[in-house]
Amino acid sequence: MLRQIEGSRAVAEVVASCRPEVVCAYPISPQTHIIEALGSLVKAGDLSPCEFINVESEFAAMSVAIGASAAGARAFTATSSQGLLFMMEAVYNAGGLGLPIVMTLANRAIGAPINIWNDHSDAMAVRDAGWVQLFAETNQEAADLHIQAFRLAEELSLPVMVCMDGFILTHASERVDLPTQEQVDAYLPPFQPRQRLDPDEPVSIGAMVGPEAFEEVRFIAHTRQQQALVRIGDLAEEFAEAFGRDSGGLVHQYRSADAETVVVALGSVLGTIKDVVDSSRDRGMRIGVVGVTSFRPFPIDALRAALQHARRVVVVEKAFSVGFGGVLSTDVAMSLTGLPIPVATVVAGLGGRPITKASLQTLFETADRGELERLTFLDLNRGLVDRELQRIAQSRTSGPSAENILRDLGTVASGIG
Amino acid sequence: MTVPVRFYQVGSFAVGNRLVPGAERTVQSDPSRTNSLTCGHRACQGCGEALGARYALDAAMRATAGRMVAVNATGCLEVFSTPYPESSWQIAWLHSLFGNAPAVATGVAAALRVKGRHDVRVVGQAGDGGTVDIGFGCLSGMFERNDDVLFICYDNQAYMNTGVQRSGATPPAARTATTETVGPEPGNPFGQGKNMPALAMAHEIPYVATATVADLHDLEAKVERAMTFHGARYLHILVPCPLGWGAAPCDTVRIARLATQTGLFPLLEAEHGEVVRVTKIRRLAPVADYLRLQGRFAHLFDGTGEPARPDIVAALQELADRTIRRYGLVDDGGRP
Repeated sequence: MLRQIEGSRAVAEVVASCRPEVVCAYPISPQTHIIEALGSLVKAGDLSPCEFINVESEFAAMSVAIGASAAGARAFTATSSQGLLFMMEAVYNAGGLGLPIVMTLANRAIGAPINIWNDHSDAMAVRDAGWVQLFAETNQEAADLHIQAFRLAEELSLPVMVCMDGFILTHASERVDLPTQEQVDAYLPPFQPRQRLDPDEPVSIGAMVGPEAFEEVRFIAHTRQQQALVRIGDLAEEFAEAFGRDSGGLVHQYRSADAETVVVALGSVLGTIKDVVDSSRDRGMRIGVVGVTSFRPFPIDALRAALQHARRVVVVEKAFSVGFGGVLSTDVAMSLTGLPIPVATVVAGLGGRPITKASLQTLFETADRGELERLTFLDLNRGLVDRELQRIAQSRTSGPSAENILRDLGTVASGIG
Repeated sequence: MTVPVRFYQVGSFAVGNRLVPGAERTVQSDPSRTNSLTCGHRACQGCGEALGARYALDAAMRATAGRMVAVNATGCLEVFSTPYPESSWQIAWLHSLFGNAPAVATGVAAALRVKGRHDVRVVGQAGDGGTVDIGFGCLSGMFERNDDVLFICYDNQAYMNTGVQRSGATPPAARTATTETVGPEPGNPFGQGKNMPALAMAHEIPYVATATVADLHDLEAKVERAMTFHGARYLHILVPCPLGWGAAPCDTVRIARLATQTGLFPLLEAEHGEVVRVTKIRRLAPVADYLRLQGRFAHLFDGTGEPARPDIVAALQELADRTIRRYGLVDDGGRP
C-alpha cells in the first residue's frame, strides 16, 4: 500500500510485519523513531506476540537480542553511532555466535566532536564484526531490505545490519509502498533456529575455543558470508517477483556500462550522484555510478564485473580511516586488482555536511579531466584548517581544536548557506 | 509457624544429612541429581565456585523439574567448564560476554515468555567481577525491570580467572595482584567496595539471599525459595578460592563457615527490599581465626600467628561487628 510516511515509521511498520518476537529498545538519535513506533505497535497489541524491552544501554540491547535469539525468538533492535560503539563487544559476539539478529543502523557520525548528523563512520567501525551490512539508497529500499534481512539472517544463521542514512532517510517523509502482512508472511517463513537453548535438548552455546579450532570456527563465519553473496542476489530476485519492485542485491548499476568514469558510493547519496550523472551525460561526459548495497559480504566479483571497463573509478564515501584514507575505496581497489584502473577516494558528507550537486559536478569534471588526486576531502574549508594548524604550531597550549575552529568560524550553526 | 528442627554435628556445625528424613536431605545427596556441572572440568582443587555452581544449579534443576536454562558470564566458571573435551555442562547453557550475562538472561526469559514456554526458568550466573563491576549496569537494569531471572553471584572476592586482581567485592586489607602488600596500608584499601546484596535489595526485587558453600542445606533451601518467586531474584554465594585467597584446598568449606561465624559475611534473606530472615551466629568466632587461614591476609600476622598489624585486624573486626549489629546476627549483640 502506498503511504506518505516517515522513513523510520516505514521501517518500524515493515519490521512489525516481519513478526519480531523480541524488540530491545534504547534511544539514540536518529534511530529513536523506529523503536518508538515499534513500542507503540506492541503496546497497542498490533504487534503480538512480541516482547518490547526498554533496556538500560545499547550494550544491553544487543545482549538481550543475543539471549532472545539463542532461545529461539526472532530478535530485532536498532541503533546509531555511539550506541553501536557502546554495544560493539556484543555486536561481535552476535556475529561470532552466528545468531540471526536483525538490526537497523541509522547511520550517524561518531564523536568526538559529538555530532548527531549522518555519515558512515559507525557502520565502518563494525565492518569486521561478522554481520552482513546492507545499505539502503531510499526509504523504500530501507523498508524492503528489512524483509530480506530477516530471511537471509535466518537462512544462514548470521546477523544482518540494515544501514540507512540518519535523518536523510530516517526523518524524511516520502512515498513508500508498504507490503501487506500476507505478502511478508509468504516471503518470510517462521524462524527455525539452527541452534537453540532448550532444556529438552540441552546444548552448550558459547564454549571456549582454543588455538586448535578457532581459525576453523572463524572460517565457517566467512563461508556463511560467502554463501550470503549468492543468497543476497537470489533473495532480491525472489523479492522482485513477490513484491513487484527491485530492492537489494549486491550492487546497483546506473549508466555505468559504457562509462569512462564510474562513481562508487553507499546509501542515499546515490540519488544525488545519479542526478549529477544525468546532467553530466547531457553535457557529453561518459560517466555512470555503481551503488554498493551489500558492503559485507563485499561483492568483489560483481563489482569487478561492473567496473572493469572503466578508465577511472571515483569512490565517494562518508567515512574515512584517519591516517590512511578511504575504507570503501580500499575494498573497491581490491576488487580491481591487476587492472590498470586508478581508484580515487573522495571523503564527503562527514558529520552531515550536505553533498551538493554543484560540488559533485565540479568533482566529476575534475575526475573526467584525469586531474582528481588520490584522496580528496570534498568542500573542505582549507583556510579554516590552516589557521588552526597555525595556532597549533604557534602555541603549545592552543587548546581544543574543535572549539577553536568553531570560534574561528564565528557560528555554532552549520554555516551552510 | 513451625520452626524446622535443625541438627548440627559437633565441631563443624554442618547439618548432618544422615540425621534428617529422606525427603529433607540435600539435593546433592540424591544419586539422581542432575549433576548440572559434572566431572571433568578444569577447576582447581578445592574450588568453591565449582561447588557453589553445582549445588545451586542442581537445586534449581530440582526446583524447576529440569525446566531450566543457564546463562553464564565470562570468568573462571565459564573457562574451566567448557574447553573441549572437558565441557561439563549437562544443562542448556549459554555464554556470551563478561559484562552482559544479566541482559542475555533477560533476552532468554523474554524469548521463553513470547514462545509461551512459561514452565522454563532462567538462571544467570557470574563471578563477583561479572556481577558487581563490569556486569553491574546490566544487572541493575534486569533488576529494575523485574525480569524473570534468578541471578547468582559466585563471590570469590577478586578477578581470579585473570590472576587475582581486585574487584569491587574484594575485602579491605586483602592482597591481590593489584593491591599488593606494600606501603603503609598494605592490601586493598578500607572504605571501598560494594555491598551487592544491599544494592540488590535497594531495587526492591522479590527475593535476595546470601549463602555460602559451607551450609548446603541453607544454600539449597534459598535456591528453592528463589524459584517460588517470579521476577528478578538475586543469590549471592560466598565461594572461597584456594588459589586467590592463598588457602589450603581442604579448607574451602571451613573458611566459608568462618566467614559467617565471624559476622564478616551475613546470611540473610530479603523479600521486596526488606530483610525477612537472618541466620544467627551460633558460635561467634574472632575475625583473626578467619584471616589466619588465608595467605591474602598473611601480612597481618607474624610467624607465630600473632597480629603483626593489630590495627588492621581490629579494623576488620570492627567491620564484622558492624555487620553483626546491622543484621542482628547475635541475639545479645555482644561478642564471646
